[in-house]
Amino acid sequence: MAQFFAYIVHKNGVADDSALELINAAKKIDPSAAVTAIVTGSGGDLDKVAGEVAASYPEVWKIDNADLAYPNAEVVRKALINNLPADAVLLMPHDTFGMDLAPGLSIKLDSAFVSDVADFEGVDGTDIKVIRQEFSGQVSTHVNCDMSNGAVITVRPGVFQPDESKSAGGKVVDKDAGDVSAKRKYLEVVVAEVGDVDITKSEILVSVGRGIEDQDNLEIIHELAEAMGADVSCSRPIVDAKWLEKSRQVGTSGLTVKPKVYLALGISGSFQHMGGIKGNPFIVAINKNPKAPIFQMADVGIEEDILEFVPELTEAINEAK
Amino acid sequence: MEILVCVKRVPDTSENEIEVNSDGTDIERDDLVYSVNEWDNYAVEEAIQIKDKVGGSVTVVTVGDQESEEVLRREMAMGADNGILLEDDAFEGSDGKGIATILKAAVEKGKYDLILTGAQADDGAAQVGGMLAALLDLPYASLVNSIEIIDDKKLKVGREIEGGNQEMNEIEMPCVLSIQTGINEPRYVGIRGIRKVASVEIPTHGASDLGLGADMVGAGAAKAKRLDYFVPELGEGAEMLEGTTEEKIAKLIELLKAKGGIK
Ligand SMILES: Cc1cc2nc3c(=O)[nH]c(=O)nc-3n(C[C@H](O)[C@H](O)[C@H](O)COP(=O)(O)OP(=O)(O)OC[C@H]3O[C@@H](n4cnc5c(N)ncnc54)[C@H](O)[C@@H]3O)c2cc1C
Ligand SMILES: Nc1ncnc2c1ncn2[C@@H]1O[C@H](COP(=O)(O)O)[C@@H](O)[C@H]1O
Repeated sequence: MAQFFAYIVHKNGVADDSALELINAAKKIDPSAAVTAIVTGSGGDLDKVAGEVAASYPEVWKIDNADLAYPNAEVVRKALINNLPADAVLLMPHDTFGMDLAPGLSIKLDSAFVSDVADFEGVDGTDIKVIRQEFSGQVSTHVNCDMSNGAVITVRPGVFQPDESKSAGGKVVDKDAGDVSAKRKYLEVVVAEVGDVDITKSEILVSVGRGIEDQDNLEIIHELAEAMGADVSCSRPIVDAKWLEKSRQVGTSGLTVKPKVYLALGISGSFQHMGGIKGNPFIVAINKNPKAPIFQMADVGIEEDILEFVPELTEAINEAK
Repeated sequence: MEILVCVKRVPDTSENEIEVNSDGTDIERDDLVYSVNEWDNYAVEEAIQIKDKVGGSVTVVTVGDQESEEVLRREMAMGADNGILLEDDAFEGSDGKGIATILKAAVEKGKYDLILTGAQADDGAAQVGGMLAALLDLPYASLVNSIEIIDDKKLKVGREIEGGNQEMNEIEMPCVLSIQTGINEPRYVGIRGIRKVASVEIPTHGASDLGLGADMVGAGAAKAKRLDYFVPELGEGAEMLEGTTEEKIAKLIELLKAKGGIK
């Protein structure tokens, strides 16, 4: 059986939530998998993460190199190629780093690649059967992945339960990065600007998506929010179109919100959007497509055209006051 | 600057209800509205803006069937100078590496300083850009949301990372970048623009033109193979409010009040 590895994403000396999720992901492929964690970085932060992760993984490969201080995917890729065995099955999160690193790594390792995996249905010889979604989550597929020459697999964050047992008592093994020269140089991280309204503190959010169709129609959303005493947030296409500020965007590349009530209007429910909603709020989805994935995640659903429904709802709320 | 942009024709998911066909081998493709992949459209706009600034040309390329020509023409109406269609029955069933291998062969037929892809397409794989770069042995950056030209050898690119933060990098050309939505505001393409390019010749290349053997592309070479499409049973899902609009509104207001959703 192939050797399993998990690439640990970390920041400021703390492992990402995916670190513990990848253990259960690997176990879903092979219940007896002994997974080796790989942490790359530099200095005290790296030592801290290696120690933290060793509680959960039997073995941790620590690759310490000044050039790895910031996880530049082109540099990390070289360090991994220099260390991984030929038939390695490497798991990592499908986040902005995994998307940067994983596809090219699979080419350099000449191994199979499958991304954004939502579930595994076990192994048959050297084949893994995975489940993933297509068309913005509207349909799922089974994909057969031939891992006879190893595999690189990115796993959707948040779908596997974290393994909290922390009973591995693992050992940390130092590995040499080798030659990590790259034609891409990391410069700095520019932190997102803070907006006029801090939606991360809002208790009630009226959130609008592409279903609003036109900038002028946003008026009905603002009116509803005002009637409810809510703040307005949105999905990414609204920000891309520059109809609302980036500081109103909910999701993995926007803000993480934890309201009590979340009203999703004309939002399909992509995992990148839903990934920004925490704290288990009461979610109401209004969408004209009965098959919209958001209806699988919301508490209450209403199949309606928001352009017609929202003004009537606003009126009724104002009347009831 | 010579720029190549990889584009794909995809069903428009905000326009369509995607359904699985009766035997689960495909989605129902009749009556689907197709368009250019959203991310690719941003990539083409970015390429045109760079060309307008520093000169050069923009070529759009797709791996697809005859119908994919329409997205090439659409992007040419936007301002791309050339289109290339890569089409062959042998390409069918290609996985991400197969598509990247076909694109690589097309890249090597030209001389490009910059190759752009979208961050992801309809199957959400987000794989082709990174694979293409690795196959070409060129540097790569994904999820790019800003490009600044430093000189004729280097770019400064911003990558969108978690929380809307931006990771700045310096990257050597030639390179491959995958473009994130929101990097620019893609221009509108009218019917007139599309008519203008309706008769422009679009060269088509097949496997043999590209020197691609059956062991490199298509289903035979694929290590990742889609077995079926299905709609998962995901528990109960939302409680759907039924009735007339008035009834739904009344019920919703009652629920919102109970949950503290109306202040
Ligand atoms: C790396 C990465 C990061 C990302 N980060 C984020 C993020 O932080 N936040 C985010 O939101 N997205 C993010 N995305 C984008 C995400 O994948 C989706 O594309 C996006 O969330 C879709 O937004 P939407 O639901 O508004 O639009 P769509 O998916 O187009 O859905 C529109 C919905 O509106 C419905 N609708 C249309 N008209 C009406 C009407 N009149 N009445 C009622 N319903 C209607 C449709 O049925 C559809 O369900 C990210 C993508 C990538 C690749
Ligand atoms: N058939 C194709 N033809 C041309 N480019 C493609 C094709 N498939 C994917 N791409 C490019 O690769 C990007 C990422 O797609 P994917 O890896 O399929 O999610 C797309 O945005 C396109 O730029």
